[in-house]
Amino acid sequence: MTHPISLDVNGVTYSVEAGPDEPLALVLRNRLGLTGVKVGCGLEQCGACAVLVDGESVLSCVRPAAGFAGRKIETVEGLGSPERPGPVQQALIDAGAAQCGYCTPGLVVAITGLLRSEPRPDENAIRAALEPHLCRCGAHPRVLRAVRALAEDAGQ
Amino acid sequence: MTDNPSLAAHPNVEDWIAVRADGGVEVRTGKVEIGQGIDTAVALIVAGELGVPFDQVVMMPVSTGLSPDEGYTAGSSSLEHSGQALGLAAATLRRELLGRASQRLGVDTGDLETRDAMVRSRQTNRTVAFAELVQGAPVTGPVDPRAQRRRGARPGDPEGFEPLHVRRRVTGTLKFVHDLCPAGTLHARIVRPPHYHAVLESLPDDMQTVLGDVRLVRDGSFLAVAHDDEHMTIRGAERLCAAARWRAVRDLDEGPIGQRLLENRRESFPVRGGVARDEPVDMPPPSGAGTIRASYERPYQMHGSLAPSAALAVLNDDRFTVWTHSQGPYPLRGALAEALGCDPASITVMHAPGSGCYGHNGADDAALEAALIARAIPGRPVLLKWSREDEHAWEPYGSAMRMELCARLGRDGMVEAWSHETCSDTHLMRAWPDPERPQAGKFLAPRYRANPLSAPAPAASLGAGGGIHRNATPPYAFPHVQIVKHLVHGLPLRVSALRTLGAFANVFAAESFMDELAHETASDPVAYRHRHLDDSRSIDVLDAAAGRFGWSARPPAGNPDGIGRGIALARYRNAKSFCAVAVEVRVDDDASIRLQRAVIAADAGEIVHADGLAAQLEGGFVQAASWTLLEAVTWDRDGITSRDWQSYPILRFDNIPEIDTVLLDRPGEPYLGAGEAACGPAGAAIANAVFDATGVRARRLPLTPQSLRQAASTG
Ligand code: FES
Ligand code: FES
Repeated sequence: MTHPISLDVNGVTYSVEAGPDEPLALVLRNRLGLTGVKVGCGLEQCGACAVLVDGESVLSCVRPAAGFAGRKIETVEGLGSPERPGPVQQALIDAGAAQCGYCTPGLVVAITGLLRSEPRPDENAIRAALEPHLCRCGAHPRVLRAVRALAEDAGQ
Repeated sequence: MTDNPSLAAHPNVEDWIAVRADGGVEVRTGKVEIGQGIDTAVALIVAGELGVPFDQVVMMPVSTGLSPDEGYTAGSSSLEHSGQALGLAAATLRRELLGRASQRLGVDTGDLETRDAMVRSRQTNRTVAFAELVQGAPVTGPVDPRAQRRRGARPGDPEGFEPLHVRRRVTGTLKFVHDLCPAGTLHARIVRPPHYHAVLESLPDDMQTVLGDVRLVRDGSFLAVAHDDEHMTIRGAERLCAAARWRAVRDLDEGPIGQRLLENRRESFPVRGGVARDEPVDMPPPSGAGTIRASYERPYQMHGSLAPSAALAVLNDDRFTVWTHSQGPYPLRGALAEALGCDPASITVMHAPGSGCYGHNGADDAALEAALIARAIPGRPVLLKWSREDEHAWEPYGSAMRMELCARLGRDGMVEAWSHETCSDTHLMRAWPDPERPQAGKFLAPRYRANPLSAPAPAASLGAGGGIHRNATPPYAFPHVQIVKHLVHGLPLRVSALRTLGAFANVFAAESFMDELAHETASDPVAYRHRHLDDSRSIDVLDAAAGRFGWSARPPAGNPDGIGRGIALARYRNAKSFCAVAVEVRVDDDASIRLQRAVIAADAGEIVHADGLAAQLEGGFVQAASWTLLEAVTWDRDGITSRDWQSYPILRFDNIPEIDTVLLDRPGEPYLGAGEAACGPAGAAIANAVFDATGVRARRLPLTPQSLRQAASTG
């Protein structure tokens, strides 16, 4: 049994059918084709599924999509494209910070959320914002470099 | 003749490389891109060798029937095999193109150079495009294994150079297996027994009715559900799981693994020259005055891929097509054929991106399971995704190990005799088509289907650098060295290849032990290693790491104050990259270990892509730091208890040190694999730094606060 819900995603309003308890991540992936939203655990433990909700990084793999009706949702696809990567994406490219890339969309979202609320975060703020995110390839040192570079740029 | 197995199996230029009509260069490799950057490295080699712009090299997807069969992408051998083969294929191709151009332009080949996918005469400045030279006459025929490679042909990091795929990775547009969803796709999940040794006792008679339009697939104790909606599939799996009744045929053995590794039945082999011999072990370990012993342990640890394994399979007209993130499309095809009871020619295996796997994770199992479900529902593509719990509880782990080290020191403190005995289950349980020995039992699913197969008993791999004894041979010039490998049977958990196989634990043990000897003889750990080294490349990486770290000579743990430093060294597989790691840690009052900073120094032969190499080394460090500080698979008699990221934590952003990576380039030297080089040294360097900081020698991984306190109290 599905119900129609209205979701505002990457600046477009969609009316989608979703199961009553269907997690936001599955709706974004399977009904809107936004497969940049990754599912790594489905348990809110790894950060792969992060999306911005009203500008804040939120894990989308458990909470039902219905609860996000009317909120402003942004996925990694809304933050740049291969032709025009966004600033956070470009910083990760420059730092060589994506290995397999499975954790990367979630990190792009988390970093974007952090920099919007705090354009010049200090080391503690950076690490706290990235704390919910796992990366098994060990790209962390490069991700940290990328965020520090962005924070420095903002200071200039 | 060539000793490159990839080239021996695929000896012709056209197996590897072709100039297209549009001037692009099509490259085929059998090694799969798994986040390690092999595609980029191989494309750089071809671009440099041929003289074509990097962005005109087209890396073809790996697929059976089209790509060269290069077995598994593993063991840090991709650049050595595929990179070298492609370098030689490109050099052969270039020579042929020069020959053709020389006729066309009427000048000597010595006058010709290649650039921008064209041949140019230096004298006349006339050019002819590659595409024109191959029109109607593609370059074919044997690769010359002695083809002259161009010196300094590396394009380095040309203007605007960007590694392949990176843009798609950071924008979320790279399609992983998990994202493939052709029209008509069914989403599938497996419902698994509570543990390895349980079988399905019963399902309610009305199970299919309860599941509604979620399809139930059952074959013995193998249970799956499928539906065209993923969420319905997941809910269906939950319902099936709640309804299924299982019976444990036996429990898991929950005895202490360290003891099992010593006491279980085992086969022992002396290792000489890095090769395990099928001969009796005839020498006792060193003894007498000046003898020191220590034993080390590493627990079962998991690959812990960030994405649970997945596969897409479809059966059409008795032909399977399988999309997988497996590391070995060809061997997987053969093993699938055996497990499915069909002809390998009726299966096409295509590689598609997965998350980093670091060895034999659930990928191959997922491929077979997807194919089994696809066979039950022919004509529909089946996208099987494992759950997080599936991956954590069912992947083949890295084997638990126990290492017994022993050395006799002379009066001058130098090692006179060194012994390293290493005990573990196998590290190689990949299915690999073998006419002599059935392989299907290496997969999970056949163990649960009707007429179940059992897992084959592990067989010792005796070759150079085999799993258990990989890196058991020290890099030092000790006068007397004795290495013994023990393959231990009857151990409780499912295992197979995890990044470095036995090397991580062997290097952790041997390089911790070197630190113990340095402490024993009141020597500086760098100087002590120096005194035993006669190999200049090992010395160079050791010096480079110490130099960049700012190492000053003093013995370990002279005055433990909570801040400590450690160093360690290894040459991966005694044959690949040389790597030294230096680490600084802080050990807090609660015995938690903070990684402050690290230096990695590596010599990987001629460097192809410096930043990619550094990324692999850093990634190897971080993963090994996680193994060292945090990771141990846990279980009880009722099953695996490490079932998610809370019960099996890994390193997070809060404990990542600043890493400084020093690369020693060796132009003209063979490429040496580096993806695993930093792991062993990282583990030992951290343990040595903890000793330096605290005076506590922790010999059992992981180095949790609890294990540190335990080590402190038992001395
Ligand atoms: S998939 Fe949502 S946190 Fe892991
Ligand atoms: S880059 Fe592979 S998990 Fe982070």
